[in-house]
Amino acid sequence: MGRALVTGNHAAAWTLARAGEANRIARGCAGGAYPITPQTEIIEHLRNFAFTKGRIVPVESEHSAMGVCIGASLAGARAFTASSANGLSYMTENVFAAGYYRLPIIMVAVNRALGPPWNIWVDQGDSLALRDAAWMQFYTESHQDLIDTILLAFRVAEDPRILLPAMIATDGFISSHTTMVADLPDQEQIDAFLPPLNVPHRLRFDHPATIGGLTWPRETEHLRHAIQRAMELVPTVYAEAQDEFERVFRRRPHGAMEPYHTDDAEIVLVACNTMARTARRVVDLRRAQGQRVGMVQAKMFRPFAGQALRNAIGPAKRIAVLDRNHSPGAGGVFWQEAVAALRSRPDVLVQDYIVGLCGGDVTPDVLERIVDDLSARADAVEPIWQEVTA
Amino acid sequence: MTTQAMPMTAHPDPLLRPGNTNCAGCGMSLGLHWIDEILGSERPYLVIPACCGIVTAGAYPTSAYGVPTAAATFASAASYATGIATVAALNNEHHPVICWTGDGGTYDIGLATLSAAAERNEDILYICYDNEIYGNTGGQRSSATPEGVVTTTTPRGKGERKKNMMAIMAAHRVPYAATLSVAHREDFLRKVRTALSTKGFRFLLMLSPCPTGWKSEPDQSVELIRAAVGCGIFPVFEVFDGDRYVINVPRDGTPIEDYVEKQRRYSGLAADPSRLRAQIDDQWRMLERMIHSGRPHV
Ligand SMILES: Cc1ncc(C[n+]2csc(CCOP(=O)(O)OP(=O)(O)O)c2C)c(N)n1
Ligand code: SF4
Repeated sequence: MGRALVTGNHAAAWTLARAGEANRIARGCAGGAYPITPQTEIIEHLRNFAFTKGRIVPVESEHSAMGVCIGASLAGARAFTASSANGLSYMTENVFAAGYYRLPIIMVAVNRALGPPWNIWVDQGDSLALRDAAWMQFYTESHQDLIDTILLAFRVAEDPRILLPAMIATDGFISSHTTMVADLPDQEQIDAFLPPLNVPHRLRFDHPATIGGLTWPRETEHLRHAIQRAMELVPTVYAEAQDEFERVFRRRPHGAMEPYHTDDAEIVLVACNTMARTARRVVDLRRAQGQRVGMVQAKMFRPFAGQALRNAIGPAKRIAVLDRNHSPGAGGVFWQEAVAALRSRPDVLVQDYIVGLCGGDVTPDVLERIVDDLSARADAVEPIWQEVTA
Repeated sequence: MTTQAMPMTAHPDPLLRPGNTNCAGCGMSLGLHWIDEILGSERPYLVIPACCGIVTAGAYPTSAYGVPTAAATFASAASYATGIATVAALNNEHHPVICWTGDGGTYDIGLATLSAAAERNEDILYICYDNEIYGNTGGQRSSATPEGVVTTTTPRGKGERKKNMMAIMAAHRVPYAATLSVAHREDFLRKVRTALSTKGFRFLLMLSPCPTGWKSEPDQSVELIRAAVGCGIFPVFEVFDGDRYVINVPRDGTPIEDYVEKQRRYSGLAADPSRLRAQIDDQWRMLERMIHSGRPHV
């Protein structure tokens, strides 16, 4: 298809559908479809795609949407779906099941605030609440990044060394309903990038087993530890997938922690999703004024790419973590992870800023105020609610 | 003289292998063997939600089921089965997909999932072994528990009547729905055969004796079901396309006491036999109405 003007939802659906279609030479693809704003268009597009060997089932709930994905994946097919907010929390039980079953299911999570009150706008709290579900999680800053990351996620999830599901997050409305120019990959390119799927532990008649039944503590602990080991390998396998992506698509997709002007930075903003794009702009503005500001797009949240973050921040001694999410009683979730990853760097001041919760606008001036605050700060304090306290 | 052990089924690996953990007299054991007899060399996928039937499988990595079996989350048998049946169809496989579920996973937590799969007419054989109780968690009420029955959460006897699951399934106009009695072997086998040879969503409801939950003697399990059918508390019938009702075994005037007095779960006698008799008559009146209102069959 080449370059086109698309919405985030269209970009996600285009990519999911063609990734599913690519498995027509193996056991096909399947998924469940259930609407919720702002991801609804994704599942509508999927229902309208003419698969050679695939079926998207219009189910009665997100719990069943993930149930269908699990069944399809257990039967060896490529499985995917999309959801948001309360849809994600409603499907939670089966989200965990997919992780613990080690099924390479792919889900696009279009971030939206969990209700009540009903608020349909962006907030990463919905996908972050699933951080412990044995899923990889990637946060994407543009339509191109979304497309590329969905493809990378299939490749990493299906790698026999990994076999874990992956969630690809994108901002509700700001990304899902906004048009941008993006390279939409052709079917032939996706066919070349994604090998036919083999789920080694799928239900099979030559080796009938019960998958997921009663398991004693010691054995279960081993299974959990194997998940941890697979998670630890993800950054390596992701980097390999980036190389392969570059070979097929002649473009380099973003890394686990993608730095921007951090080589000589004194201050670094760590941000995910569309806030990362705004942060890039603020870096440019401040650099034009001679201030050494950089930023890191925090993309690989699970596993948390701590080593990549330590490398990406460069020489900076002041880090602002931007959290469009909030764990009541604790603070921002990205901040908690960043602090843990930087525990070997007591010389670095890490300050949390809670911004844009539940759809609040995060404009360049909001981030500029944060840069000013951080430059003047002697010590890190408790998370700062930027728009509420400022 | 030497005794030759008879193979339980024609094929070497049975649906339910010996050495499983079912209680003595459990309806599941008999039900699964009989289903296996009809399956013959046809091997199904099994999907089993949280319930006694998944404990039956035994502990990882062993399996008491001789076929590929997915342990589903409690409410998800019909959605996992939808995914499996979808992929089986895409790959032109001819393995039936069977859900084997308790009444909790069917009447209660899994009802929406089940209803949706039935409405979409997925190619699934859904079998509920109905022991009228949450066995796995130690014997709590479900909406399949009959009025008057004492459970750990209805210590004075349940105050509400049993949900009419067959009517709910018939209202979905599924191609085939039937009840199964382990005291009526020929009828049981015939209906499993019919279900297996029908396309689309099929629902079988087996009243499953549960000595542990029913507080009955294991050697009485089959006789109890015979009494349940005879007194009419468990009608044995089938429904085609949600419309054509056929009674397979008429009730025969067996006194309700023959059924309830052999189970201490009815001991609270909020289970008043005359109330139960009135409910049974009510249930049969409704069945007869359905038989007569069905579209004429040619
Ligand atoms: C979401 C969820 N809630 C509760 C449970 C606990 N649980 C496991 S099995 C069960 C009852 C099963 O009862 P039933 O379906 O009637 O089958 P039975 O055990 O009688 O065979 C319950 C409540 C669970 N596994 N999942
Ligand atoms: S508790 Fe009841 S249903 Fe469960 S295994 Fe024992 S007899 Fe069977």
